Amino acid sequence: MMADCAPEEIAVIGNIDHTSAELKNNIRNSMVEMEKGLLRKMEISVAEAEKRSGKNAVNMLETYTVYLIETRPVDAVTEDMTPAPDLLWRRYSEFELLRNYLLVTYPFVVVAPLPEKRAEIAWHKLSADNMDPDFVERRRVGLENFLLRVACHPVLCNDKIFYLFLTEEKGWKEMVYDTGFQAKADSWLKATNAAFRVKNPDKRFTELKHYSDELQAVLSQLLRVRARVADRLYGVYKVHGNYGRVFSEWSAIEKEMGDGLQSAGHHVDVYAASVDDILEEEENYADQLKEYLFYTDALRAVCRKHELTQFELETAAQDLASKKQQKEELVTGTVRTFSFKGMASKLFGQETAEQREAKIQVLEQQIDEGEEAVKEKNKESEDFVKTAWVDVERFKEQKDRDLKEALISYAIMQISMCKKGIQVWTNAKECFNKM
Amino acid sequence: MSGTDAESTVLPNQTHTMAADICGQTLDLDEDDDLEVFSKQATHRSALELEADDEGDLKDIFVTVDNPESHITAIETFITYRVLTKTTRSEFDNSEYEVRRRYQDFFWLKGKLEEAHPTLIVPPLPEKFVVKGMVERFSGDFIETRRKALHRFLNHVADHAILSFSEDFKVFLTAQVWELASYKKQGPGLLSRMGETVRAVANSVRGVKNRPEEFTAMQLYVEAFSNKIISLDKVTQRIVKEQKEYLGELKEYAPVYTLWSGSEDTLVGPLKGVADCIERCWKETEEQDNHLTDTLVPTLHEYVLCSESLKAVLRRRDNIQAEFEAKNEALATKKVDQDALKEEIDKLEDRVEWANNALKGDWSRWQKCMRGDIKSAFVSTAQKNVDYYEKCLAVWETFLLSQRSEGSEDADNSS
Repeated sequence: MMADCAPEEIAVIGNIDHTSAELKNNIRNSMVEMEKGLLRKMEISVAEAEKRSGKNAVNMLETYTVYLIETRPVDAVTEDMTPAPDLLWRRYSEFELLRNYLLVTYPFVVVAPLPEKRAEIAWHKLSADNMDPDFVERRRVGLENFLLRVACHPVLCNDKIFYLFLTEEKGWKEMVYDTGFQAKADSWLKATNAAFRVKNPDKRFTELKHYSDELQAVLSQLLRVRARVADRLYGVYKVHGNYGRVFSEWSAIEKEMGDGLQSAGHHVDVYAASVDDILEEEENYADQLKEYLFYTDALRAVCRKHELTQFELETAAQDLASKKQQKEELVTGTVRTFSFKGMASKLFGQETAEQREAKIQVLEQQIDEGEEAVKEKNKESEDFVKTAWVDVERFKEQKDRDLKEALISYAIMQISMCKKGIQVWTNAKECFNKM
Repeated sequence: MSGTDAESTVLPNQTHTMAADICGQTLDLDEDDDLEVFSKQATHRSALELEADDEGDLKDIFVTVDNPESHITAIETFITYRVLTKTTRSEFDNSEYEVRRRYQDFFWLKGKLEEAHPTLIVPPLPEKFVVKGMVERFSGDFIETRRKALHRFLNHVADHAILSFSEDFKVFLTAQVWELASYKKQGPGLLSRMGETVRAVANSVRGVKNRPEEFTAMQLYVEAFSNKIISLDKVTQRIVKEQKEYLGELKEYAPVYTLWSGSEDTLVGPLKGVADCIERCWKETEEQDNHLTDTLVPTLHEYVLCSESLKAVLRRRDNIQAEFEAKNEALATKKVDQDALKEEIDKLEDRVEWANNALKGDWSRWQKCMRGDIKSAFVSTAQKNVDYYEKCLAVWETFLLSQRSEGSEDADNSS
């Protein structure tokens, strides 16, 4: 669509007339077009979904869905032929495992979210069912989106486990566990759940945390209200369907008006039926918003990680300071910090010069170690802030681009709905005029 | 003016604009302009004007109902309406009349018209009683709906070739309140009216024996028509209700986009733009809903009432025929004064013939009128829907254009 644009540039979709299918995946399309990361080398898609039955861990029969992942090297596609893609099947739980691995291994990255496991914000009772074909289809799209996001990411696209996820069906799970990420995940979980107070967090991360809280609240509200509005709109359109039936019956007893009534009724039926397509398209818009709603968790995770590293640094620095303090007191003989040993020696007699010297030695060693630790923690914290902020900026640009595109596509949907309305009521009016 | 010892208070929010319009327009006594005046009002009446025009007459009588006022006495509270008449007819002494009438008076008029012309299709009145209860009787919306319906009623009568020349109609339009009261007391007494009613009931119990085919066909049509129009009325009311609920939810929608824009920087423009679009569309939706309530709903409702009138007309025609048949049978069986009975029977036979012809004539007038009104109401509704979508389309397209032009500017700057 966009002519000569180097892959790194923002691709503005300038074409005004979007077809419905294009609209559905305008964000996916722009990722594919940009050809970043792994996508330079391979095409990735989640092509199908299938139901399977099997025994689970507790030996009970369960039904679950598997998704077909197709990959194909980019340069294999020539004008003459398109070779068959490589295929493998993955369950949702395997996607979850992949994501958890990435979260733990790259804590400075805002990792793309997965689509909902269960439909929670549904506008219509039907679409709340996990086995419902529409829900499964939308989940398929969401999973593909996730893979494309990871494949596009400058850091994540190089990950071996991710590559194997796309290419090695058997034994992949074991490979993930072999990386030992589970232990890291557990300690990370413990650390983040503990309460701690950071004295000097980087202000940008504090602001980022507030932003993600705000964004989460407002997107939740937006999705809820949108769903209610869609529900009501559905009601309005569908009631019009009754006109068609009554007009048809009435036309049987009218001579002059009969034809006009009958044909007008047909158009009003078309109007009533049109709402289904309209609202289905809007679901795609809702899904785009949902992705960013779920992204706020990833943002918060990065902020949390920063707080943790900062806290560890502050703790190390504090320890060091107190050790230095203790040494100074021993050397100068002044007691400024309270310690039982100090008190005891005051009460029960001075320690010998040798004893004091020994203590000072120990402290000096501890101070050396402490300074190393602080240097290390400092570097860790600085590195984290640097790499995380780069990714946060990347994320911000992506978010602004994607959400603007989503809002534009929403406007396009409304325009399409209006055009349909104009056409159908113009037709109906012509029929009424003939009565 | 009102002639009673009552407080009259002009109700707020009533027909200020209506009154102003009518006052402004009816001051022009130029006949050609007057034709325009009334076609600007309820559009569904335009067909009726055409009907009158087809007969080659220019409309020579104009009636309006407006300016409701409430009157509070010791016993009751009621509403009166101003009835304004302008006419060039010679039967009328003046060319302009202004009187105040209450619902009871309209009800009386309808009764008199039906009495005098039992097989003409007299236009329907709005319902006498309100199902919902006392409080609603004086709500602004209820009074306005009733006023419009009463206005339509008088205009239908004024446009009817036969009914508009009724003496009762003339008195209704011209007499002062006390004059009307005393006029009402004249005419057949209560007892004789009761006698007629008893006879009518007796005849209807007996039933008609040789109803002409065309009136049976008419009855079948009226029953079917009645069902259909009631259904359409219900469907339309349901649409209005659903739309009101939609409007309720939609009102909550735009503010969330505005709230969101408070947290963003790059996205502020598009977010506020979307919020603005939704607000504008909300206004258009409300307007479209009002149009439905003002145009299609009253028309359909009027024809629901009409279908009841039609059933009554057919019943009355049957009664007239039944009375004749009964007397005719008596001629063959009873040993009474043959000559006197024969005279009575002849009169009744004439009456039947007259009744049938009146109905046949009015039936085709009514059908034409109905087709015109229904067509007009639905065309207007469809047009309003087209307008609505066109306006919303413009709103969103403007937004889209603004976003696209920003986008292309960015692309130009970065390349």
